[in-house]
Amino acid sequence: MAGLTDLTIAEAGAGLDAGDFTARELTDAYLAAMDAASGLNAYTASTPERAREMADASDARRGSGDAAGPLDGIPLAIKDLFCTEGVLSTAGSHILDGFAPPYESTVTRNLWDAGAVMLGKVNMDEFAMGSANITSHYGPTLNPWRARTGEAAGKDLVPGGSSGGSAAAVAARIAAGATGTDTGGSIRQPGAFCGIVGMKPTYGRCSRWGIIAFASSLDQAGPLARTVEDSALMLQAMAGYDAKDSTSVDQPVPDYTAAMTGDIRGLRVGVPAEYRMDGTPPEIEALWQQGIDWLRDAGAEIVDISLPHTKYALPAYYIVAPAEASSNLARYDGVRYGLRVEGEDLIDTYERTRAEGFGAEVQRRVMIGTYVLSAGYYDAYYLKAQRVRTRIAEDFRGAWDSCDVILTPTTPSAAFAIGEKMDDPIAMYLNDIFTVPASMAGLPAISVPAGLSGDGLPLGLHMIAPAFGEETLFRAAGVLETAAGFDARP
Amino acid sequence: MALDTDTVRRIARLARIHVDDADLAPLADELNNILGWIEQLDEVDTDGVEPMTSVVEMVQRLRADQMNDGNLQDEVLANAPAAADGFFAVPKVVE
Repeated sequence: MAGLTDLTIAEAGAGLDAGDFTARELTDAYLAAMDAASGLNAYTASTPERAREMADASDARRGSGDAAGPLDGIPLAIKDLFCTEGVLSTAGSHILDGFAPPYESTVTRNLWDAGAVMLGKVNMDEFAMGSANITSHYGPTLNPWRARTGEAAGKDLVPGGSSGGSAAAVAARIAAGATGTDTGGSIRQPGAFCGIVGMKPTYGRCSRWGIIAFASSLDQAGPLARTVEDSALMLQAMAGYDAKDSTSVDQPVPDYTAAMTGDIRGLRVGVPAEYRMDGTPPEIEALWQQGIDWLRDAGAEIVDISLPHTKYALPAYYIVAPAEASSNLARYDGVRYGLRVEGEDLIDTYERTRAEGFGAEVQRRVMIGTYVLSAGYYDAYYLKAQRVRTRIAEDFRGAWDSCDVILTPTTPSAAFAIGEKMDDPIAMYLNDIFTVPASMAGLPAISVPAGLSGDGLPLGLHMIAPAFGEETLFRAAGVLETAAGFDARP
Repeated sequence: MALDTDTVRRIARLARIHVDDADLAPLADELNNILGWIEQLDEVDTDGVEPMTSVVEMVQRLRADQMNDGNLQDEVLANAPAAADGFFAVPKVVE
């Protein structure tokens, strides 16, 4: 059934409801496409038998008039950071070799309860630490896009990260949508690099229970999908209060697609001066200006704003996130799950297990985190960073007096070739320069594909809303998507 | 405050990561490169600013102090590299 994998989630749901095809046919089309695109290395584990069982169950529900909603029968890819019962869940790390959780994460449970079909688990940077999907134990995932011209022409490109497998799978039409997680940009940056929509909700909107923890005060699950509407449909099912996550928020989940009215007349769109940074390529600046013009033409009011502490968000993030990671990753000791490397005694067993089980970037961040939390340095580094974080949140709070959403570029460049920026961690960290501030303030944000670079690679525009402003965000992003009319394909 | 190799050895020990002696100096360079970049935070005036403790304003929820699961020994041990008689098994700790 050629063409089934080209349908958006909304279109596929309508086709299923109309009886044009079955969930089993849709799932089989995706499974065949996955086999054909195995060279991308997007999936770390595929679950075809489970997918067919879930699809058949979906067809049975629909046949008896009991369809669970718009996701019933929709085939999805799950980032390998989500624990899935009985299915390999490794966070892209050697140290979780063979780990098959005896429980299901709340977000994936919510998706299965909504009738969605699991195609498999997708690749990611190890423990979600990376911006290029090159730190995975399972090797890099390839971006399905190729540059037409320029330095990167003819080379394999990174899909971004850490949710690189999720973004590549959705862009390559080997999943209708995918879950991701975003700590400093890990949904939005790969979304932009692969020409799809990536959305990070407000901290607390989705339960973190069963998601392998990286930086607990920043981690948040969200959808990667081909359209803003599909993202809204997925978040609708993923979000909600969970007693098992004390930071999940007990507020009703609004009807996100109903919020997409297409009308942004009078909406105040903030444009932050501090996001105009030295060294940003002219084509990124030009796309940003184009986005401003599109929203103004749709009736929005453009407001110049200032977020003075923007440049300090990234260095503060590289204290807070490694500190929390060093604590969260202490549990990987070769005793309870995964890899064990035998040593001379128990301590040596821990140390050799972690030296072999963690890759170089994870080791670097665990050590930075250990150092900034250690006696004598805690105040100078960790508390200082948390104070700067308060400043960043205050910047945004001040901005909401004069605007309803903020528009910025998603990334300072298009996708780059595999192997670039490998020997310079800070150059890699700078990928997240536009996405990290919203993460530090816990705010919802979305990347929408908006145009192509001169070399023919996708570029994204990024919108940020106040806490729990997802409805406004989807409404504005929908208008931006329509204006951009992005229909290029890998 | 640049890290020397002794400090890196101490951090690695605290982090329970084995680092060969020959790798300490290059690792110190890498970590110093990152910490040097982070030091730009000193430019920010944070006098009187409270450190952030929660990014979303919320009241800590409490629940009744009651057991709500348990009897999961098999599940808990299912992924262990070594288990015996219902316990995790580790190298001998006490002589």
